[in-house]
Amino acid sequence: MANKISKETIEYVGILAKLELGEEEKEQAGRDMERMLDYIDKLNELDTDGVEPMSHVFAMSNVFREDRVENGDNREALLAGGPKVKEGSFQVPKTVE
Amino acid sequence: MSKQYETVIGLEVHVELATKTKIFCACSTEFGGAPNTHVCPVCMGMPGALPVLNKKVVEYAVAVGLATNCTITRHCKFDRKNYFYPDNPQNYQISQLYAPVCRNGFVEIETPGGSKKIGIHEIHMEEDAGKLIHDQWEDCSLVDYNRSGVPLIEIVSEPDMGNAQEVMAYLEKLRLLIQYLGASDCKLQEGSMRADVNLSVREAGSGSLGTRTEMKNLNSFKAIARAIEGERARQIELLEEGKDVVQETRRWDDNKEYSYAMRSKEDAQDYRYFPDPDLVPVDISEEWLQEIRDRQPEFCTEKLARYKKEFDIPDYDARILTGSKRLADLFEAAAAICGKPKKVSNWLMGETMRLLKEEGMEPEDLSFSPKHLAALIDLVDSGTINGTAAKEVFEHIFREDKDPEKYVEEKGLKAVSDEGALREAVSRAIAANPKSVEDYRSGKGKALGFLVGQVMKAMEGKANPALVNRILKDFLES
Amino acid sequence: MNLTDLTAAELGKKIQEREVTAVEAARDALARIRERDRDLNCFITVDEEAVIRRAEQVQKEIERGELTGPLAGVPVAVKDNICTKGLRTTCASKILYNFVPPYSAEAVERLEQAGAVILGKTNMDEFAMGSTTETSAFGPARNPWNRDHVPGGSSGGSCGAVAAGECACALGSDTGGSIRQPSSFCGVTGLKPTYGTVSRYGLIAYGSSLDQIGPIARDVTDCALLLEILASQDPKDSTSLRREETRFAQALKTDVKGMKIGIPRDYFGEGLNGEVGKAILNGAEVLRDQGALVEEFDLSLVDYAIPAYYVIASAEASSNLARFDGVKYGFRAEAYEGLHQMYKKTRSQGFGSEVKRRIMLGSFVLSSGYYDAYYLKALRTKALIRQAFDRAFSKYDVILGPAAPATAPRLGESLKDPLQMYLGDIYTVSANLAGLPGICLPCGRDGKGLPIGLQLLGDCFREDRILQAAYAFEQAGERSGAYV
Repeated sequence: MANKISKETIEYVGILAKLELGEEEKEQAGRDMERMLDYIDKLNELDTDGVEPMSHVFAMSNVFREDRVENGDNREALLAGGPKVKEGSFQVPKTVE
Repeated sequence: MSKQYETVIGLEVHVELATKTKIFCACSTEFGGAPNTHVCPVCMGMPGALPVLNKKVVEYAVAVGLATNCTITRHCKFDRKNYFYPDNPQNYQISQLYAPVCRNGFVEIETPGGSKKIGIHEIHMEEDAGKLIHDQWEDCSLVDYNRSGVPLIEIVSEPDMGNAQEVMAYLEKLRLLIQYLGASDCKLQEGSMRADVNLSVREAGSGSLGTRTEMKNLNSFKAIARAIEGERARQIELLEEGKDVVQETRRWDDNKEYSYAMRSKEDAQDYRYFPDPDLVPVDISEEWLQEIRDRQPEFCTEKLARYKKEFDIPDYDARILTGSKRLADLFEAAAAICGKPKKVSNWLMGETMRLLKEEGMEPEDLSFSPKHLAALIDLVDSGTINGTAAKEVFEHIFREDKDPEKYVEEKGLKAVSDEGALREAVSRAIAANPKSVEDYRSGKGKALGFLVGQVMKAMEGKANPALVNRILKDFLES
Repeated sequence: MNLTDLTAAELGKKIQEREVTAVEAARDALARIRERDRDLNCFITVDEEAVIRRAEQVQKEIERGELTGPLAGVPVAVKDNICTKGLRTTCASKILYNFVPPYSAEAVERLEQAGAVILGKTNMDEFAMGSTTETSAFGPARNPWNRDHVPGGSSGGSCGAVAAGECACALGSDTGGSIRQPSSFCGVTGLKPTYGTVSRYGLIAYGSSLDQIGPIARDVTDCALLLEILASQDPKDSTSLRREETRFAQALKTDVKGMKIGIPRDYFGEGLNGEVGKAILNGAEVLRDQGALVEEFDLSLVDYAIPAYYVIASAEASSNLARFDGVKYGFRAEAYEGLHQMYKKTRSQGFGSEVKRRIMLGSFVLSSGYYDAYYLKALRTKALIRQAFDRAFSKYDVILGPAAPATAPRLGESLKDPLQMYLGDIYTVSANLAGLPGICLPCGRDGKGLPIGLQLLGDCFREDRILQAAYAFEQAGERSGAYV
């Protein structure tokens, strides 16, 4: 395989993606990624010099909203699905030590 | 310390824009409010919700860019900055990396060595995060998304500043420009203006830059100044010990006057920016740009020159007046109503400043109407009230925006202008103070003041001072 | 007779003519679901009482003459990644197992305004990532034609439900073929509109630049009628477009004389199953017989669409799915210490393995040092693919080909080898990359009796052409029969 994905890389990507993988999962993830990247490397056969990257299919621009308040208090409905709610807020583990 | 070091400072200034609604949804940006009451699926990052850009945000950002001599990006885009934190509901922040709205600008500041240009690398638009409140009772934090999605611009300077004084001057300059535009109230304490400091040191004369650190959590001008001194000292100490400065983000603790590294294993600082597929680019046409240009107000520097020339206001006073948008607005409006710019200036420079200081307020907090100040000046000029009464009236204007005419009426502060009554009081004062009369007649002008004082006292301060003066002179010189 | 065996248009007509009521239609559909869905597992959530209540309400409005549209009173199933106010929406994921949206997707709102009765939420691959509906946290759905086979994916529940006669029509979403491929496997008709035609507001995003909601039904007419209802420029979706013409039913003409149809030679390589290839070419002959000008041509770049697609879709997904963190809604892990562990445990337990695989890949290709090599390269490839289609559509009105290289695989065969599964998207992903509309409709069956689908791609905004070709084909050939 051309691409080599180290365990450190998998751990690093796990930190970025906030995913915790077991030892076996890490190995599997590394193999999957190597295989996928080898396949993706097929794109290198294409000469894309001077080709503008196309993020949007259509050349649309300037879609705006006027600066007008339209939303009111909808707290009850928005908090209804919160896994842990306290005093009208979402509760999370302490964020500063 | 054998070597000489110089400090290189760049600033990242975040400014909350004064729009009515958030950058990507129609929720109110109003400050305060119970937690999560100015929130909708968009600014709470609910699945399937999509952002739509507030046009006013672009106009404010462009206006600030024009005021800071930037090149406006005619085709600008939004990108996602990916990182996990509970105040960031989507776990990405919509910002601009690849095509920010403004680039390559500058502002001029004044330094002891003359005026200096501070380069502006770029200005970009982005959304603010929510607020985390640390619970007092449990070991947890509470998330409030009322601020989530409030529009910000981030103004990134070049590393052109060398010390805290220049940093202060630069911030002051930005604050003024933005306040003049009405794009933000720029209050550091309330967080509508926030600055992160990038700082490095190098041996004097060295051509290359040292390793820099970024300092966050600076919420007053004083904290910024202290943080700069503290970080400069820390870095020099490291270098003197032969150690390296680590490129990192540090959090300034203003109570301990020390900064702490914010790095943790879980913060990779790899933001994986990519163009936001939910938003389309912004094209700024020449017409639109011209419209924004046409709406630009007269800025501080131009106003300063005009006040001196047009109103003959001394340089020092004109600087104070134009040093705050609120003050300048009050000055111009009151002067236009009463037609007496110098007197308006005197009230603002004198009593207003005194009361602001006494109350610990900023000029931006002034809330009285220019109409009332103008009316007060007219009342004094017409002799309806005297100076002492005027000061009393002004305090009520300052605090409650009281209508001076009503106040004078209610409190019976009208000066006595009844000539008969005044003549009587004058003749009594002359009779009671022969020594002073003698002094005056022998050329001691000072004695007149004393006699005026006696008359005023007798009239319980309500005498029209101009009239008293005239009648006294009549008596003494006849 | 069960009313659900009618097409939506037929049923809607009977309701308008007071032959049957919306409530009867709803009851028939619910009965079918009870009867058949225990095996098929096409639905994740059905709230029977709410369906009846809604049908009664709609019936009243029909009787008052307030609802006169062709689909008023017709039950419609909705894929479970499309938000429905007050009705659980899970994306077939544990992480949203209890999510009840406080708002409906714009597409759902429009359906309801037209008098449709939302029947329930259909099974899918978790977060629309997969081609078999086997990655669902609620168990796999099965193919009504043969329960040992998958219905395809990711809109496998919607396509299976339509094929099984549990409903006349449904909404699906298509990011890389997720409407067209399961339509092919289930022998139903599914349409992916031009990007921006249907609002994405309320569609839980997978790859935002590629996602489109579209109709799934038993014939072309129903697809056209549904698309008329769904298409709108929505101020809540910045990428939605104003379409000049949305009366898609006008395109339903049997006349294809002179229509230029191109068949990409590159689609008929070694990867294509022989029976499928034969059925597709037969399909082309049907259109040629009716006067269409059919010829083969070289589309080019076909092999580059899948790698480009997986880079772009995974990158966007890694960011789109970051919001599922156990803070605001959905699942949160039970035991954790501190914030970062809460994130990691919630997400690791809440997402299935295919979703994690794509999030990992997407995070990697965007990470420092790889952005240019992978992400920008993929976006440049996308531009070239778009150019290739521009060239093709300067010569042809419609591109004809298969929707999938083979018919529906057996359950459990596909997930062992993810890359092999991804390769099955070869005929569908390029339409998403280029923003094109595509329709898939039945064109025969293989030796095992499994359906084969014919795909027609049109230039952007030319749904009319693919609808016209599809309608002509359908009228000439066999109609896709409902499952019995």
